Amino acid sequence: MSEPIIQMKNIEKHFGSVIALNGVSLDVLPGECHCLLGDNGAGKSTFIKTMSGVHRATRGEIFFEGKPLDFARPRDAIAAGIATVYQDLAMIPLMSVSRNFFMGNEPLKKVAGISFFDHDHANEVTVQEMKSMGINLRGPDQAVGTLSGGERQTVAIARAVYFGAKILILDEPTSALGVRQTSNVLATVDRVRNKGIAVVFITHNVRHALAVGDRFTVLNRGKTLGTANRGEITPEELQDLMAGGQQLATLEGSLGGTV
Amino acid sequence: MSDQSAAVADEDERIKEVSNLRKAMIRPELGSICGTILVFVFFLLVARDSGMFAADGILNWGIVSAQFAIIAVGACLLMIAGEFDLSVGSMIGFSGIVIALMSVTWGFPMWVAIITAFTVAMAIGWLNGYLVIKTGLPSFIVTLAFLYILRGLTIFAATAATNKTIIGGVREVAKGDWLAAVFGGKIFAGLFVWLAELGVVETFVAGTRKGQPVIDGIPMLIVWALGLIIFAHIVLTRTQFGNWIYASGGDAQAARYTGVPVNRVKIMMFVFTAFCATVFATCQVMEFGSAAADRGLLKEFEAIISVVIGGALLTGGYGSVIGAALGALIFGVVQQGLFFAGVESSLFRVFLGAILLLAVILNTYIRRMITGEK
Repeated sequence: MSEPIIQMKNIEKHFGSVIALNGVSLDVLPGECHCLLGDNGAGKSTFIKTMSGVHRATRGEIFFEGKPLDFARPRDAIAAGIATVYQDLAMIPLMSVSRNFFMGNEPLKKVAGISFFDHDHANEVTVQEMKSMGINLRGPDQAVGTLSGGERQTVAIARAVYFGAKILILDEPTSALGVRQTSNVLATVDRVRNKGIAVVFITHNVRHALAVGDRFTVLNRGKTLGTANRGEITPEELQDLMAGGQQLATLEGSLGGTV
Repeated sequence: MSDQSAAVADEDERIKEVSNLRKAMIRPELGSICGTILVFVFFLLVARDSGMFAADGILNWGIVSAQFAIIAVGACLLMIAGEFDLSVGSMIGFSGIVIALMSVTWGFPMWVAIITAFTVAMAIGWLNGYLVIKTGLPSFIVTLAFLYILRGLTIFAATAATNKTIIGGVREVAKGDWLAAVFGGKIFAGLFVWLAELGVVETFVAGTRKGQPVIDGIPMLIVWALGLIIFAHIVLTRTQFGNWIYASGGDAQAARYTGVPVNRVKIMMFVFTAFCATVFATCQVMEFGSAAADRGLLKEFEAIISVVIGGALLTGGYGSVIGAALGALIFGVVQQGLFFAGVESSLFRVFLGAILLLAVILNTYIRRMITGEK
C-alpha cells in the first residue's frame, strides 16, 4: 500500500472558548476518495480549513508527503498541491469563466518587459479543460453566473486539477444539486481519482459517500469516530455514527431508510 | 437528420444562440456610450452657434471633463474592488492647502511641497483602507468620517497658519519649478501657433494677446486625465492585478480562497484614489494660483456618479474605466453646455440626479442579464 499523501494527527482547533476540533486524525492516500462524514456542526468545515491553510491548528501535527508542515496562508497550501472546492464554490458570478478559472494563477506574457494577463492562452485552456469535463461553453467570456450549480462545481474541480492539485478537498459538492447534476459531479470525482489525485469528499449524505468513497471517516462533535474501508460498513452504521451513536432506528423506520 | 445532429454535436442544444446585440448590451460601457452620443447630439442642436464646439469651447468643457475624469478613474477602480471613498472631496481641499502652506507660507521649494502632499494624502488613503479592512466596517462609514476629519483639519490648518482659508501666491512660487510644470504646464503650444497660422484655430483679434491663438496649448490636467484613463484601463483589463481587482470586489471571500491578496488590493485602491485626488488638487492649485480650504466640495459624489454612469455596479466586481471616463465626459459637456446654451445652471443638478437614477436602473438590468437571473 502506498504512503499517505497527507496525515493529520490529533488536530485541535479552538476559537476562543469554543473547541471546534478536539483531536481529529485522518490520513489520505493518493488516488483514493476519502469521505469525511458528519452532521452539521460536527467540525467538518473547520477541519478542512485547517487542512487547506485557512486556519492554523491550535494543537496537533500535519505531515504532507511525510514531512511536517505548517501553512501560514491558503496560498501556501495551494502551492503545495492542496486545492479546496468550497461549498460556496469560490467562483465569482460576474466574472467570465476564463477569468475565474485563472483567478489567483493568471497566466502572464511579457510585452516590453511588462507582465500582462495572457487572455488568449487563458481562453484556450479554459475551453479545452471544460470540454474534457463534458461542458461546452458558449465562450470563455461567458459569465460564471450563467452556469448551473453542477457546472460551476465542475469548473472549480477542473481548475484545481489543472493547477496540479495532489489533494482535492470537496466541501459538500452535492448538497445543493439536483439528481442529474449530482451524478455528473460524482462522475467527475471518479475521473479525478483515476488520475491518481487524492480526493477528500465532505458530505452528510451517506448515499453520495457510498457511491464514490474508498474509505469513510466520521466526525462527531469535534472528534473522529474511526475510519472504515469500503465494503466494511453499511449505510445504516454510517448514519448511526454520524448521529453520534444515537439510534435513529425508530425514526428510520418511519422514514423508510431515506435519510 | 442524423447528419445534422452530428454536425451540431459540439453545440449544446440547451444554449440559445446569443445575438450580437445582446452581447453588446452586456458591456459595462454601453450606457455611457449611448449617453455620450445623446449629449453631443443634443448640444450640437441646441448650442451649436454659441462657440461650444469652437477650439476654445472644446478646451473649456474638455478641462472640466478631465477634472471629473481624474477623480472618476480612482473611484472606478476602488468601486470595482468593492469599496467607496467619500473623502475624495475633502482630500482635494486638504492636499491643496498642504501644497500652499508648505510652499507659500513656509517657503519650501514647490517640488518638496507637491511630493509632501502626495505622500501625506496617500498615507491617509492607506489609513482609510487599513481601517476598512481591519474593522470590517463598510467603507461608506469609515471614509465618511474622513470626509469630516480632513475638511476640518484643512480649515483649521489654513486659519491657524495664515488666518485665512484661501492661500494665494502659489503661481509666483511655482515659477520655474520642474514638478509644478508637470501639473500646471501646457504642451503642444507650437502646434497651436501653427494651426492658427493655417487658420484652423482662431486668434485673438484684440487686446494684449492680439494675433496669438486662442488656445496656447493642452493643459497638463488633460494629459493627466488621459494618462490615468489609459493606465487604469490597461491595469484593469490586461494585467493580473486587474483580475485581482475584479475578484476582490466580486466576492472577497472567494478571491481569498484562490489566493488573491484581497486586503492588499483594496488598500492599494484606496491609496490610488488618494493619489488621483491629489493630482486633481495639484493641477487646480497650479491653475488658480491659490489653494482654498473649501475646494473639492461634493467631488466624491460627482466621481461616484461618473463611475456609475460608466456602468460600474455599486456592489463592486463589475465596471469599466472607459465607461467612467465617458461618464466624466458627459458631466463636463452637460455642465458647460448648459452654460453655453444659456440655461439656468441650477438645472445641472436636476440633470445629475435624473441621470444617476437612470444609470443605476440600467446597470441593475444589465447585471441580471449577465448573471442569467430573471
